[in-house]
Amino acid sequence: MDKVDKPLYAVEVERLTKTYGKGETAVTAISDATLQVSPGELVAILGPSGSGKTTLLTVIGLINEPTHGRVVIDGALVADEGWLPGLDLKRQRREKLGFIFQAHNLIPFLSAIENVMIALEINHLPRKEAKTRATELLTALNLGHRLNSYPSALSGGEAQRVAIARALAYKPRVILADEPTAALDTENGKNVMTLLKKLAIENRSAILVVTHDHRMVEGFDRIFHVSDGRIVGEDRNESPKAV
Amino acid sequence: MNLAVRDIRHHLGRFILTAIGLGLLLGVVMSMGGIYRGLIADALAVLDYTKADIWVVQQDTNGPFAESSRIPEDIKYRIKAVPGVAEASPLSFQTIQVERQEKPFRFFLIGYDLNGFGGPPEISAGRGIRQKHYELVVASGMGMVLGEKIHLGLHDYTVVGITGKVVSSSGDPAAYMSLADAQEIQFKKDNNAVRNNRERIATNLSGVPTLSPPQKQMVTQQIAGITESTHTVNTIVARLAPGADLKSVQDRISRWNHFRPISEEEQTQILSKGMIEKARMQLGLFRAILLVISGVIIALIIYTSTLDKIKVIATLKLIGSQNRVIIGMILQQSLLMGVIAYAIGYGLILLTYEKFPRRIVLEAIDLQGLFVIVIVICTISSFVGIRKALKVEPAEALGG
Repeated sequence: MDKVDKPLYAVEVERLTKTYGKGETAVTAISDATLQVSPGELVAILGPSGSGKTTLLTVIGLINEPTHGRVVIDGALVADEGWLPGLDLKRQRREKLGFIFQAHNLIPFLSAIENVMIALEINHLPRKEAKTRATELLTALNLGHRLNSYPSALSGGEAQRVAIARALAYKPRVILADEPTAALDTENGKNVMTLLKKLAIENRSAILVVTHDHRMVEGFDRIFHVSDGRIVGEDRNESPKAV
Repeated sequence: MNLAVRDIRHHLGRFILTAIGLGLLLGVVMSMGGIYRGLIADALAVLDYTKADIWVVQQDTNGPFAESSRIPEDIKYRIKAVPGVAEASPLSFQTIQVERQEKPFRFFLIGYDLNGFGGPPEISAGRGIRQKHYELVVASGMGMVLGEKIHLGLHDYTVVGITGKVVSSSGDPAAYMSLADAQEIQFKKDNNAVRNNRERIATNLSGVPTLSPPQKQMVTQQIAGITESTHTVNTIVARLAPGADLKSVQDRISRWNHFRPISEEEQTQILSKGMIEKARMQLGLFRAILLVISGVIIALIIYTSTLDKIKVIATLKLIGSQNRVIIGMILQQSLLMGVIAYAIGYGLILLTYEKFPRRIVLEAIDLQGLFVIVIVICTISSFVGIRKALKVEPAEALGG
């Protein structure tokens, strides 16, 4: 794996194409996409349903293999016309990436603190240390009183904050969020966006948010517009508002 | 963090109900094994308690348990005289069914020589038989009490002692009485039959012109004496003197033409292999079918439980969880279910085995073997769920 000494970008995507199927039935979900995201940057990928924004996220998230193009995560090349041979995708995901989902995707049989601890324990963090870190994170997200609550007992906003805590637990370089505000009301959605913005700055993590929720666009540093599998435009907020 | 335990704790009611159902099934499997062992123990009970080295029975038969055997009682004197034989004692066996407390009452009656051996193995209440007639020692399984009377044949017999759980090869509880009483019950004809028999002999002889009337009377008496004799037994059991050669004693008795000396080992083979072989195969097949059913149920439960967790598994994969974490969760759940179900089945059989109508013998080796089989079944069954889990794509965690 090629490693750049001081990566300028947390995520670099160059001429990325993703095609499903072969021959006449082949469908190109993403075509020739290029983007870079710096550490501490909060970026939106905005587009209608079926535009290919989630596919772009899954390729950057090392879930779907790109058909063509290069992907570099935290300065390390991971894909060049397909995955790099011998690349441990799971390890890359658990060490460098954090995921936030549309539905919080918390594990229903684990309490809030255990949902955060699991992300640390799979990275071989000792249990005691994992517990301390999870408690700190949840307390910082105003969930100190909900440590032992199960997801079914949490409100939508609380559950999404636990999911954010899980994504942040191992201090990943890149956080990928798939419609994180879609299941929330406007107020909770804004709270989540404010939190993500704060965390991007504090942790120097690049945060890519896939969304079609125009209510939230004001808080992003940059917005990539995606349509029919192509990045058709880029807006830059010179002074993004706190949403 | 043990995900298996946490998932079980979260769905505790469902897990416990499933484990109880499976436990009942395993309890039945254990009881089948116990019944099989019980069959063997029952079949060999009289043999074991008698502690004879040789069973002399009617020639060309597998008597006295497997088929009918009748030999004269006085052959015991010839057997005693064989070099190497320390003692010989006659025994009679018969299954009796009478009415008691307005219900059918079935038991196995053993008649033995009060001066010989083959009587009740121990007396747990009352005393042994002291008088030559009208006394009975019964197995505890018969449910009779000391002093109780029972009418058998022409007479009433009194229970004077209670012995242990001696049963016949078919599981009926045993009762002991003197050989003379047992012979009378088995062989003595009633008065009408005696009169009828004597008339028939006299009528047959009256057609023989060469016999004078006094001769006819004498011959009639002799024939009646033979046919009315009750001095017949089903077997004579013998014990060898220390150092005596079993084979040479058997060879010697075999040469008498009318008898078959069966060694204890041969008798065990006849009882355990011959008489209960089909029951053993039946039970074995039943156990195998139940174990297969248990396996299918476990596989189905684990598979369904895995399907319920598809999103959880996809999320775990997406956040980079190692396969061993997911495999461990499914395998541990399967094994936990098997172990808990086994414990429930074991507890159930321990609480109920004495209430079964037939004897249940729980052998440690059978229970240990079943435990290993359950573990193997659980492991194999979990593969179905594991296979499904490993096929889950991390992308399935995305979306609503």
